[in-house]
Amino acid sequence: MKPVEEKPIDREEWARVGEYLRKTLDQDELTHCMRCGFCLPACPTYRETGLEQASPRGRLALMKAVADGMIEPDAAFADQMNLCLGCRACETACPAGVQYGRVLEQTRAGIALREPSSRIVRGLRKLFFKHLFPHQHRLRTLGWWLTLYQRSGLRWLVQRSGLMRLFPEHLREMEAVMPPASSMGVRERLGEILRPEGTPRGRVGLFRGCIMDVLFTETNCNTARLLVKAGYEVVIPDAQRCCGALHAHAGEEDTAKRLARENIEAFRDAQVDWIVSNAGGCGAMLVEYAHHFKGDVRMEEDARWFSDRVRDISQLIADVIDDLPLKRLERRVTYQDSCHLRNGMRVNQPRNILRQMPGVTVVELFESDRCCGSAGIYNLTQPEMSKQILDEKMTHVKNTEADILVTSNPGCLLQMKWGIRRAGLEHRMRAVHLVDLLMEAVE
Amino acid sequence: MLSSDVKRELQAVVGPDDVRDDPESRLAYSYDATPMYQSMPDGVVFPESTEEVQAIMKIASRHRIPIVGRGSGSNLSAGTVPVEGGLVMVMTKMNRLIEIDQDNLTATFQPGLITKQLHEAVERIGLFYPPDPGSMHVSTLGGNIAECAGGLRGLKYGTTKDYVIGLEAVLASGEILRTGGKLTKDVAGYDLTKLLVGSEGTLAIITEATVKLLPLPEDRRVMVAHFTDLYAAARTVSQIIAERIIPCTLEFLDQGTIRVIEDYAKIGLPADMAAILLIEQDGPTSVVERDIERIAEICRQTGAAHVQVAQSREEEVQLMSARRSALSALARLRPTTILEDATVPRAAIAPMVEQINRIKEKYGLQICTFGHAGDGNLHPTCMTDARDREEIERVEQAFEEIFDAAIRLGGTITGEHGVGLAKAPFLEWKVGKSGIEVMKGIKRAFDPDGLLNPGKMFAKETRRRVVIT
Repeated sequence: MKPVEEKPIDREEWARVGEYLRKTLDQDELTHCMRCGFCLPACPTYRETGLEQASPRGRLALMKAVADGMIEPDAAFADQMNLCLGCRACETACPAGVQYGRVLEQTRAGIALREPSSRIVRGLRKLFFKHLFPHQHRLRTLGWWLTLYQRSGLRWLVQRSGLMRLFPEHLREMEAVMPPASSMGVRERLGEILRPEGTPRGRVGLFRGCIMDVLFTETNCNTARLLVKAGYEVVIPDAQRCCGALHAHAGEEDTAKRLARENIEAFRDAQVDWIVSNAGGCGAMLVEYAHHFKGDVRMEEDARWFSDRVRDISQLIADVIDDLPLKRLERRVTYQDSCHLRNGMRVNQPRNILRQMPGVTVVELFESDRCCGSAGIYNLTQPEMSKQILDEKMTHVKNTEADILVTSNPGCLLQMKWGIRRAGLEHRMRAVHLVDLLMEAVE
Repeated sequence: MLSSDVKRELQAVVGPDDVRDDPESRLAYSYDATPMYQSMPDGVVFPESTEEVQAIMKIASRHRIPIVGRGSGSNLSAGTVPVEGGLVMVMTKMNRLIEIDQDNLTATFQPGLITKQLHEAVERIGLFYPPDPGSMHVSTLGGNIAECAGGLRGLKYGTTKDYVIGLEAVLASGEILRTGGKLTKDVAGYDLTKLLVGSEGTLAIITEATVKLLPLPEDRRVMVAHFTDLYAAARTVSQIIAERIIPCTLEFLDQGTIRVIEDYAKIGLPADMAAILLIEQDGPTSVVERDIERIAEICRQTGAAHVQVAQSREEEVQLMSARRSALSALARLRPTTILEDATVPRAAIAPMVEQINRIKEKYGLQICTFGHAGDGNLHPTCMTDARDREEIERVEQAFEEIFDAAIRLGGTITGEHGVGLAKAPFLEWKVGKSGIEVMKGIKRAFDPDGLLNPGKMFAKETRRRVVIT
């Protein structure tokens, strides 16, 4: 890395970041890291780079050094924090139980005080975090435009005309695997309340997500249908918002908290027994609402009420899988973990579900517990590292010789679709969400 | 920061990306797994071949720059903290498994290879490399060799020094030294191979190693015994050995550790037990069965309150879970975890644990003890907070007394972690003045300018022995 001449204004900005971090970073958590290094083999960016500073132990040491005033944060510091996928595999490997994800979020919140230097990153962030994800109706409108684009022949025209060549390679490739968007979300299609079939098991609030409801509306609908088949009453409160995970991971904590507050209120009002999510990334954020409002007298209790009720769809289905009418699916299936489902929510039910599906042969994917490189909008902000990680993943996927690659998170699903295309495996296999596979099997 | 001359010369050898002296890189290589030690190097360099190591060494030697060899930095004696600055030479890019020689039963590899990867590679073809340090998922073999790593199988199979039979190393002058080979017998001169194993990077940089391999044991069984009396547990260890049975693993957990694990993991351990022994035997099925049965019998005779032999692999995992959870349970208790390794002859385990308990009471500290009972290697582990200066002072005094007690019982200041920086003030207690002088003479012969890992092993001042009252 070349030392870059920094402008005085930069130095002032960084000093402000340093000051903020010294005030806000959780010193206990940083001291808890005993530097044993057990996290190193779990970290994708350490494996790719071989650099200590690109490992969880290294990043914690950098944060601690800033907190202790040993070094000032700078652009290289921020690069290292941004290179982290936030997959939290290190937390699962850590003997001391260091909550790495939380201190990373705190650090990114500090870095966010400073305007990101790259115009592309700045633009992307503003577009996604401020103007898009928090606004359900804007997402719906986007869905409408996307549908128009995809169905009107405009997409065909754009792809053929060479216009796409103006975009970077990774955006071109991702555009090609983007599923058909929808201007009608799950609530618009199925209504607000769905009555259960058979013996009622309880009332479930469906968390529809933001992107999930535009690009994977069908999966959302299938989630609701599956729950109904399993005997759950499903309610889809309209007042719910984006979960705020992307904001929290990127350091936009205020927005994240505002979204969390609105969600808690929406589901409390709906008087649900569980709040179910079908996206690992959202679920991991939802269970952490209680943590985000720790010490906030007004919100703490409601937040705990909410977090205690959050379940991944696989948790609710695993309990009742024997009662679901599943037909035989003679398929060879492999499973890619969602990092947030595995390391954040500590959920392992999807594998059990696959193993119990009649006819399905489950083949383990080598290192399925390793991040696929999607990680929120990481594949847009760090395309090189993301591609490197993805391509390695795809060699293992190829070795499974599976017909179907199952995931439990929309980000991973898109990434896997992209990976299958990059690896030229489209004619041999497809990537699907667990819920969609289950609905294929439901008679 | 490196001077621009040195940086340019190094870049000419390894390329621009493999020399780093930005603040983030220097900070990331300023520590290892030892709590409370940190010191910034001037730069970091990543060689990819013996020739590059040689060229780097020559540059360092010409400019009189200290060099600290480093693998994954998982060591627990501050052995890779660059206390005198200089260059940290990170060996992780030299990580090739060069050869598994099935005719000679040897493996040859570069120092950056991760220990666990060697295990997996040889076990795939029915072979066995016994040394298994607790850090094997992350530690490099070069680091294992430099520190003479031990592990859970030391009792039956010995430690790293018993397996390394050949080395290639670069001397401080930049010359290459080759010792041993694929031979079992070799008495040509001083045993430089053994000398380099455990030399903690103070004599040479190891660039290639050959180790001997064993056939993979056919079978293994696990059992556990609970004791209400510490001495009964210790007697059991002695009795097992006296009956001419050498288990591959014989692990010990004291009451403090049992309670902390139970609080954390809730696996049904009895909090009123004074000690737990975890025992594993491997070998041919008939021998394993006979030994495990006999050991269970001995445990009952020596007064174990509970004896359980695992009947399945799942039960084994369940029995071993106490040992596996030990570090996690202890590490979560307080912010700072200091894992020591005072070692005594195995017959002195009970008095040593009693001494540790007495010392922790005296200083009002939380110290739990677990470890490898079979080889007398105990890990008194202190849960503390590095930010509490007053408490840390008491911790330091307590550990001095613990080392002193170990030596009085015929033991040593470190069984498997090495001397490094952390134990240097105590080395003379163990080896005496003459021992230190001989060691310093050896150091001068290898590294006359004192460039290799300076500040390690030999302290400027030896700590005065404390008087136990």
